Amino acid sequence: MSLNKIPPKERTKIPRVHMPEQPAEFRRANFEEVNQGLTILGATTEAIRCLECAKPHCIDGCPVNVNIREFVRLVTEGDYLAAAAKIREDNVLPAITGRVCPQETQCEACCVLGKKHEPLGIGYLERFVADYEREHGVFGIPERAPLTGRKIAIVGSGPAGLSAAGDLVRKGHEVTVFEALHEIGGVLLYGIPQFRLPKEIVEHEVNVLRQMGVDFQTNVVIGKTVTIDELMTEEGYHAVLIATGAGLPKFLEVPGEHYNGVYSANEFLTRVNLMKAYDPSYDEPVFDCRGHDIAVVGGGNTAMDAVRTACRLGARTSYLIYRRSETEMPARLEEVKHAKEEGIQFLCLTNPVEFCGNDKGWLQAVRCIRMELGEPDASGRRSPIPIPGSEFDLPIQMAVIALGTGANPLVQSTTPDLQTNRKGYIAADAETLATSKRGVFAAGDIVTGSATVILAMAAGRKAAASIDQYLQTLSN
Amino acid sequence: MFPIVEAEFIAPDVKRFVIEAPRIARKRRAGQFVIVRVHPHGERIPLTIADGDPRRGVITLIVQGIGKTTKLMNLLEAGESILDLVGPLGRASEVENFGTAVVIGGGVGAAIAYPTAKALREAGNHVISILGGRSRELVILEPEIRAISDEVLVTTDDGSYGRKGLVIDPLKEMIALGRPIDYVLAIGPVRMMQAVAETTRPHHIRTVVSLNSLMVDGTGMCGGCRIITNDGARFACVDGPEFDAHTVNFEILVQRNRAYADREAEELREFQEHTEEMANEVHHWCRLESACPEVGPRG
Ligand SMILES: Cc1cc2nc3c(=O)[nH]c(=O)nc-3n(C[C@H](O)[C@H](O)[C@H](O)COP(=O)(O)OP(=O)(O)OC[C@H]3O[C@@H](n4cnc5c(N)ncnc54)[C@H](O)[C@@H]3O)c2cc1C
Ligand code: FES
Repeated sequence: MSLNKIPPKERTKIPRVHMPEQPAEFRRANFEEVNQGLTILGATTEAIRCLECAKPHCIDGCPVNVNIREFVRLVTEGDYLAAAAKIREDNVLPAITGRVCPQETQCEACCVLGKKHEPLGIGYLERFVADYEREHGVFGIPERAPLTGRKIAIVGSGPAGLSAAGDLVRKGHEVTVFEALHEIGGVLLYGIPQFRLPKEIVEHEVNVLRQMGVDFQTNVVIGKTVTIDELMTEEGYHAVLIATGAGLPKFLEVPGEHYNGVYSANEFLTRVNLMKAYDPSYDEPVFDCRGHDIAVVGGGNTAMDAVRTACRLGARTSYLIYRRSETEMPARLEEVKHAKEEGIQFLCLTNPVEFCGNDKGWLQAVRCIRMELGEPDASGRRSPIPIPGSEFDLPIQMAVIALGTGANPLVQSTTPDLQTNRKGYIAADAETLATSKRGVFAAGDIVTGSATVILAMAAGRKAAASIDQYLQTLSN
Repeated sequence: MFPIVEAEFIAPDVKRFVIEAPRIARKRRAGQFVIVRVHPHGERIPLTIADGDPRRGVITLIVQGIGKTTKLMNLLEAGESILDLVGPLGRASEVENFGTAVVIGGGVGAAIAYPTAKALREAGNHVISILGGRSRELVILEPEIRAISDEVLVTTDDGSYGRKGLVIDPLKEMIALGRPIDYVLAIGPVRMMQAVAETTRPHHIRTVVSLNSLMVDGTGMCGGCRIITNDGARFACVDGPEFDAHTVNFEILVQRNRAYADREAEELREFQEHTEEMANEVHHWCRLESACPEVGPRG
């Protein structure tokens, strides 16, 4: 029941709240979070804008159908903990998705307010209630069902693995998450930078899972340290979930990619985020961007993260090279806006054809060609075509290739009866996420190819539900 | 947490560690490596597994203290532990009965070559080992290698032990004398491996090198370890570490390995100036965490 006394007509006159953020000239030199979060007043004012549609389209726009109307209503009532609990029914990582979901193409794209006015700031509100819950330390550890004696191995600690772990441990199963790296979190940790997703938030979620009883084992590469078959025989796991993400870097495959200063986005971001190369008290080295000109190739979130990271490491000029036009960029709108405010130079309709270096092996320039847009391709986006004779050299000393990623074959190649598709991703049933191997399930980017945090989380939960069902069919 | 059960210097700045790592001990094959991190602000570095005993659940690493991380690691003693240790990574050596196999180990390269030499011998090869070092005390693992070789030749740069000269000298002689050689494995400094490759190339002798490129994850995720071969870029951590020496572009490898030379030199200076503080810190971590296992690997 709504307590909102303001007539809908009046609500549309309230402007969308602005997310308080660090000023661009300031934040471009630090790794603190850009967005500062709404105040209670800001959140309340924003929540009041909700028209409380009888048929809320925003919920259809959400990949996991969070009951947005209801949680927003709870915000208007000031019951932030109940609002957070409402979101958690469908989304177990709200503090994370509130920060990194592409709301403008999901829930907010479907908001009726957006037809004539600005859509409701659903992501802002989600983040607000999740932060409130965390900061007030009142998040109860969910109850755990009586122990079932079933052991489940989860491979990979990204959003898919973490959310599955939470659901399965709650059902009373014994859950172990195996992670190849020395820290837990997957892309949330080594990919998405601190200034967009502070690591403490990921850590908090991991700690909650730990308190619920999830066992985390770092430094275990499944396929190398131990295989899936060994987990299921010698180590006695009743089921396995593969949630290894899409971690294989793509290069441009143009001449000169071996020069020092040319990185894959994975390497550059891992050095800076996981290994904390931005902090001089850590030993990990990374290219010293200070006073240098750098370029990042790509147009997705990873490219934005890399170029803004280089800027924060002190680059003099940071270019973003993208072969289509800005409208085709897959990155979140907010990241594009923030990048521009921070002074990133966008070179759209441009494609690198060669990297040039000096005789010591260091990158000196990237040779690019101008592009124009032709007919739409299979993805529905207009495909870029090189303009003959339009090559030019851009002097840079560091380049980061952020062209997306592929499937890492480590697990698949050591698990003979696991079927993969043409691109090497694991084939899993659309409904149950069961693979061709009995007792083995797969979820997240390793099934779909690089997608989003929310989809990986949803897949992890779906897999958890079918693993739970599968375990009940086992006789002993 | 990976407890160190034995630690002893076997040559100046070269330390042998026996470390508890049951899963790795069980799985590892000759030629594979691990990635190690010794303190919470530390970097990840690859180290080849020199030996392993699945029964005791231990592996052996032989570490030459060259940079800050290896020097810090060499401060550790039995009873302390390694913070992070992951593996076994990379492909195992290709071992079959080639006939006559020459195994060349320059400096600590001998430690890396040892398990493969042993496997080659077990596979029925006639193994000729050539060990080299700058001087007598830098020739390591000689007794172990003698035990698994049919012939052993030792060279030192200064002539203080064995014959004076480089490890490729005896190889060149053997080739000149027309001794049949079916397989060469060369492990050591990049320039040494390059020289071996150039020596065997005209004679079409199958030659394999184990490459030590800079690594981060060691699982094929970052591409930082890429090696340029005649067939394009390859990732040393998953496609290697062993490669056909005649396809490798060694010049690019040398350049890529120098990518952080300035930073490494700076860190080494820092280490030399503050050895005591850094030693205290690393001992603190490696004891603290082994003293309270419930801390476990930090997530
Ligand atoms: C830089 C960057 C920015 C992004 N920004 C956004 C964004 O703003 N919004 C958004 O929604 N999405 C974003 N994404 C995409 C999103 O992060 C991914 O879709 C999501 O993390 C996939 O989750 P996952 O659980 O499938 O896999 P991952 O998060 O990739 O986790 C997989 C984990 O498995 C581990 N692993 C792999 N192989 C093994 C093995 N053999 N043994 C043990 N462990 C293994 C890996 O080390 C990793 O920790 C971004 C991605 C990147 C790279
Ligand atoms: S070390 Fe990262 S891919 Fe080889």
